[in-house]
Amino acid sequence: MAVPLAFFALFFAYPVVAIVGRGLKEGGAWQFGRFGAVLSEPDVVQVLWFTVWQAAASTVLTLLIALPGAYVFARFDFPGKQLLRAVVAVPFVLPTVVVGTAFLALVGRGGLLDELWGVRLDTSVWAILLAHVFFNYAVVVRTVGGLWGQLDPRQEEAARVLGAGRFAAWRRVTLPALGPAVAAAALMVFLFTFTSFGVVQILGGPTFSTLEVEIYRQTADFLDLPTAAVLTLVQFAAVLGVLALHARAVRRRESALRLVDASRTAHRPRGGGQWALLWGTLAVITVLLLVPLVVLVERSFAGPDGYGTVFYTSLRSAAAADSTFAVAPLDALWNSLAYGAAATVIAVVVGGLAAAVLTLPRLRSGPSGRTPAISRFVRGFDALLMLPLGVSAVTVGFGFLISLDTPPLDLRASWWLVPLAQALVGVPFVVRTMLPVLRAVDSRLREAAAVLGASPWRVWREVDLPLVRRALLIAAGFAFAVSLGEFGATVFIARPDRPTLPVAVARLLGRAGETNYGQAMALSTILMVVCAGALLVLERLRPVDHSGEF
Amino acid sequence: MTTGDTSTRAPELLRLGGVTVRFTAAGRPALDAVDLDVAAQEIVCVLGPSGSGKSTLLRVVAGLQPADAGQVLLEGREQRGVPAHRRGVGLMFQDHQLFPQRDVEGNVAFGLRMRGASRADRERTVTELLDLVGLPGAQRRAVASLSGGEQQRVALARALAPRPRLLMLDEPLGQLDRGLRERLVVELRRLFRELGTTVLAVTHDQGEAFALADRVVVMQDGRIAQSGTPLEVWQRPASEFVARFLGFDNVVEATVQGEAAATPWGKVPVPDGTADGPCRLLVRPAGVRLTAAPDGLPATVAARTFRGTHVALLLHPAAGPQIEAACTLRDAPEVGERVGLAFAAPDVVVLDAGAPAG
Repeated sequence: MAVPLAFFALFFAYPVVAIVGRGLKEGGAWQFGRFGAVLSEPDVVQVLWFTVWQAAASTVLTLLIALPGAYVFARFDFPGKQLLRAVVAVPFVLPTVVVGTAFLALVGRGGLLDELWGVRLDTSVWAILLAHVFFNYAVVVRTVGGLWGQLDPRQEEAARVLGAGRFAAWRRVTLPALGPAVAAAALMVFLFTFTSFGVVQILGGPTFSTLEVEIYRQTADFLDLPTAAVLTLVQFAAVLGVLALHARAVRRRESALRLVDASRTAHRPRGGGQWALLWGTLAVITVLLLVPLVVLVERSFAGPDGYGTVFYTSLRSAAAADSTFAVAPLDALWNSLAYGAAATVIAVVVGGLAAAVLTLPRLRSGPSGRTPAISRFVRGFDALLMLPLGVSAVTVGFGFLISLDTPPLDLRASWWLVPLAQALVGVPFVVRTMLPVLRAVDSRLREAAAVLGASPWRVWREVDLPLVRRALLIAAGFAFAVSLGEFGATVFIARPDRPTLPVAVARLLGRAGETNYGQAMALSTILMVVCAGALLVLERLRPVDHSGEF
Repeated sequence: MTTGDTSTRAPELLRLGGVTVRFTAAGRPALDAVDLDVAAQEIVCVLGPSGSGKSTLLRVVAGLQPADAGQVLLEGREQRGVPAHRRGVGLMFQDHQLFPQRDVEGNVAFGLRMRGASRADRERTVTELLDLVGLPGAQRRAVASLSGGEQQRVALARALAPRPRLLMLDEPLGQLDRGLRERLVVELRRLFRELGTTVLAVTHDQGEAFALADRVVVMQDGRIAQSGTPLEVWQRPASEFVARFLGFDNVVEATVQGEAAATPWGKVPVPDGTADGPCRLLVRPAGVRLTAAPDGLPATVAARTFRGTHVALLLHPAAGPQIEAACTLRDAPEVGERVGLAFAAPDVVVLDAGAPAG
């Protein structure tokens, strides 16, 4: 427990407190009066209201569209399923800036829909909502579908035999079992969309602005740290509120689930309804997820003299790009991979330890009745792990810069600064993915191993690990993908000569000119391919059948 | 350790002293100052209804549940602070808890692996144990493909493999069908005798307990109600709770005076040496004799149940609560018939007045 706590204290709490303190302290005294001043501005009220309702709408819309998808991926077998599963996850790891641009190219002025039918959505909130669904589809499919695939279908069959209709059986047996996973997914989607940054900045125009966009403007454009600090705290408080709600929702008793090998529960679709569901899901994925990606790729090849690879070849040399680039843009690829790998290791170790601590037998609610104090502490720790998702990445990045600059913690020049920040965002994914599965492991299996002479560490390795290996791989994949796509914090702390892919893309997009735009598209395409490749490798790393292996 | 010299007799293998476990601060404890000794190579069966604390008892000995008070001594050594994996005891769980991702061999060899046994040793032990439990050659079978009885055997082999100094069984035969259960109980007893295993088992099934155990311990509400050989417990239940738990329902208020006791059923003879005064009295069904109608306590046959070796009768006497009787099929009266009842002193038991009614 000490490791995750120390990690969060040092690389999360300290920087955030430092930057908030800088904004709210003047002459050594706290200036809390600024809250009232800032929060009474009509603009701020408007931003707050929009932030909340677009997040709620995005969450509901994502769940509606993605839950059938989760079912399809969990229960159906069809050709190309693995590839499609990886493709679905790609949007999630794309830099927000790129997604915004891709949607602009699709539904904006002169975009694909405009050219074809004269339809434009960039002035409405629908562009933002659709982009959020595009982003978070994978969160629901992975979190919910991952567990769904491992639920024993015979439980539902038992209910059917007892007289429950198909839907009633699903509602009474499967849905409660999925409840924690659905809640976790919904919470994640809400937090992401609540703190949405790049998408809203590009698609929202002057009309729509979320808290995070406002914090960025105040910090980077106006250098108005006091207002930014107030908004950061407001966002922080709102996130705390959401997490408290979540804790309340999942306080229901954790039940041990019958988990089975996911590959045995999937089957080919049977009957018209199931085929329709499969094709419907494929259609949704195509329209919502693939079309923006295809438009992105198309643009990366659409050079000034017709289609070609001119943007790609120009990425290799620093000279071809602007002089502001000290290195060839392609070097960003290697930087990103190295940072991403390091961040994944940190996130998996910290997140895995945290998840293991949260499921330790003596901390679990059980017949041995843990004391209320411990129980509260566990829930608090659980919520703490989620905070990095809700705190402005801009604040964290800026906080890193101004707080980790004094010995012994002078990390500004350290290579590790970027992976540490990225791991911070990855840890919640690891914890959220691992917890439902770890909690579903029957604690008496652990006891059986302990009585047979396995030390706690050995129990974890021999009992938990084989059962959660799949979840662990998924978690690692998520952490890696999130690290690759992380933008808000990295943009502050990545050194100019060591940009990551998203940072390089943003720099290219920030400059005028068709070449820069095309190069940004090409670099985004490369990032997309790298992420898809990484995810596909993870998909292939299925847990081997362990029978008889020592 | 078992030498003939009584002066250096080995200490009890397991000794519980005043073990208390509370799940809630208020309310009654799950285990209430339990004292229990188990000698080396002894087979002790803890018998009690569900919720009487018997599974908690096993968990305390295994180190899975800390005791709030009292001592657990294994071979004379205090076990407080010793984690489960260092106690060297075996525990067979009620629903087996076989590791689903391992095959039969992986399950049975698990404990040996934890103790660092060599591969050859493990393979040999697994082969021996699978032969012993009647599943030769099952090494590579998947756990999911085993029937209930086979899982039972694998779970037993897994618990035996590390040669635990004490083997604990939680409802060892609970989920099996009757025929299999009766066969396995005999096999288990033979097996434990052969191996010289010390066994502490818990069950709610008296038949299982009596067939398996050298000594039966009856638990009630976290306390030990009675301890003795199966015969002793059967013949002389210590309290009304024990009597009723064993299925004896002919219990009445009585006042002993001399060789007989005054009861709602009239005079009932009591065994020699019974102290005078008020008490609760048990008449075992076998001690209820049917006589011709004019003699004895008049009663009507309310029901008769064929039990294979005998017929159980439910009788409504003219006075007092209903009475159960046992008789042979040939002597059994029809339902509705009027009979007379007499009581035989050897089957009359004076129950401990101090114990509360169950």
